[in-house]
Amino acid sequence: MTAPAVDPDLVAAAPTGVRPARPRRSLNLGPTAALALGVLVAVTLLAALAPMVAPGDPNSADLLATFTGPSPAHWLGADATGRDIASRLIYGARTSLIGPAVIVTLSLVVSLPLAMAAAWHGGVIAFLINRVLDIIFSVPGLLLAILTVSLFGPGLWPAVISLAVAYLPYVARLTMAAAEHERRLPYIDALSVQGQSVTRIISFHLLRNLAPVIAGQATITFAYALIDLASLSFLGLAVQAPTADWGVMMSDRDAVLQGHPGQVIAAGTLVVATVLSLFVLGSRLSGDRPTPRGILRLLLRRRAQQAGQR
Amino acid sequence: MIRFTVKRLLGLAVTLFAASFVIYSSVYASPGSPESVLFGSRSPSPATRAAVRQYLGLDQPFLTRYLGWLGHVLSGDLGTSLVSQQDVGSRLAHPVQVTCALVAYAAVLIVVAGVGLGLLAALRPGPVDAAISVGVSTATAIPAFVAATVTVSVFAVTLGWFPAYGLDGGATGWVRSLTLPAVSLAVIASGLVARITRATAREQLASEHVQTAVARGLSQARLVRSHVLRNAAGPVISVTGLQIAGLLTGAVVVEQAFGLGGLGQVLIDSVLQKDFPVVQAICLLLVTAFVLLNLLADLLVARLDPRLRRAVTA
Repeated sequence: MTAPAVDPDLVAAAPTGVRPARPRRSLNLGPTAALALGVLVAVTLLAALAPMVAPGDPNSADLLATFTGPSPAHWLGADATGRDIASRLIYGARTSLIGPAVIVTLSLVVSLPLAMAAAWHGGVIAFLINRVLDIIFSVPGLLLAILTVSLFGPGLWPAVISLAVAYLPYVARLTMAAAEHERRLPYIDALSVQGQSVTRIISFHLLRNLAPVIAGQATITFAYALIDLASLSFLGLAVQAPTADWGVMMSDRDAVLQGHPGQVIAAGTLVVATVLSLFVLGSRLSGDRPTPRGILRLLLRRRAQQAGQR
Repeated sequence: MIRFTVKRLLGLAVTLFAASFVIYSSVYASPGSPESVLFGSRSPSPATRAAVRQYLGLDQPFLTRYLGWLGHVLSGDLGTSLVSQQDVGSRLAHPVQVTCALVAYAAVLIVVAGVGLGLLAALRPGPVDAAISVGVSTATAIPAFVAATVTVSVFAVTLGWFPAYGLDGGATGWVRSLTLPAVSLAVIASGLVARITRATAREQLASEHVQTAVARGLSQARLVRSHVLRNAAGPVISVTGLQIAGLLTGAVVVEQAFGLGGLGQVLIDSVLQKDFPVVQAICLLLVTAFVLLNLLADLLVARLDPRLRRAVTA
């Protein structure tokens, strides 16, 4: 096969057998990634402990406090109906994080067996799996979610399930590429000569060695899922209005037009900080290689072409 | 090149055929039958319902309906809106123009800002590179809906430079109304393009052919143009093309935020009204445009780099 004509850096970016340079068990993240991890832990804790840490009820309206700035009663001020912005942000972290978490988990649960089957058996099985992934690939995630919402009505779960389907190809292809490479390494042959079963080799050895790549990818996918889901909530198609959610909070256009961008700025800052932290941590976990979505697509396409030639 | 193009076009036809089937069938798999939308809260007599079903062609088998729809679509007839009884083609004429203008505007911004910043960072190592890299990484984490609300708050409400909502008439009106939406739409993509431009340009600068060119005493401008840019073009065009294709769906969010009345906004309205023919038509248009733009980017890259053509057709 001729050398890939697309830039070698991208091809090198394929997580084929990429191993972190450091010993696997030490979690030496470096300052930037450690900061990112700190932000994520903080946001997760806020979401988990919301009833304990939130200063008040996210839905109780205090009409006298409408659009007031930060005060001892309302740390970050109050919104159009006098609801406490800080409480809404903290409770909003729950809906904003649980959705992407389910999306990533579902995509992983479905795509890992598919990827392993395709990488292990190749041939017809790999061909069929790849074609199905190709078709899902041709419909952009947001569009698939909008189509689903038009069928089942707006709500968090229709949006979550359709995004999980839309993200399947990304997760599956990358895992497949990494597994195909890993499978050809001598230690796998050695294990199978020793008479270990395929399930055992895959679950105890192959998956374990792919874990850093998969974890890194899952983290980055989480970030994109958060963006897409918050966009849908912003459009009024996922999480519905009175519920506290970052996307929903961002959609209060009237407040912005009246010159009260307080809650929008607060929610926007949290979204950007969380997404940025996920990107930083994700790329650190998968070995500091560039994996933004555009490059990912390119990479996947090349993989598909190479698989087609074999 | 011809063989490559034909092969890619065939693949495109197959994908579009599959996608059209998915779009059509998914809408009819929905709970509640399409004619219920027309009746709203009224409950019609069985005879009326049957008559309406026959009028809409819903009494025919599914496959017949799908093929009929596909035939109409291929001959340019996108159907009739369930809600307004308007011809979908003429209903979408204006929204298509708005979305195309928005995407084109954002595409220009992405190419200029992305490639420009990426090259600058690659050519000026040190503080300039560091500053651009931090800015660019942050940009990739700013979703369109965040960018849209922040730009409205700053440039429309506080400074009053641009309209906050709606589309003004005339060419200058369009440019003014589309500036903030295009910027919001372009932020993430510009960041990604800048990042890939910087990485590929860096790699080219460190390569032997560029070192040789430097040794031969080529001017900086010539070096960048014919050695660095020319070789970095492939990946940059691929990523830019994919990003621009992705703008089509990203536009939904921005159009809604700015009330531009583009395709995306009509899509959301139709989804909420369950106006299936319009939803189907817009989904099909968006998927077609998405796949076509991707193909265009691939063809452009193959045109620039003969090695890729051979690798794919071999």
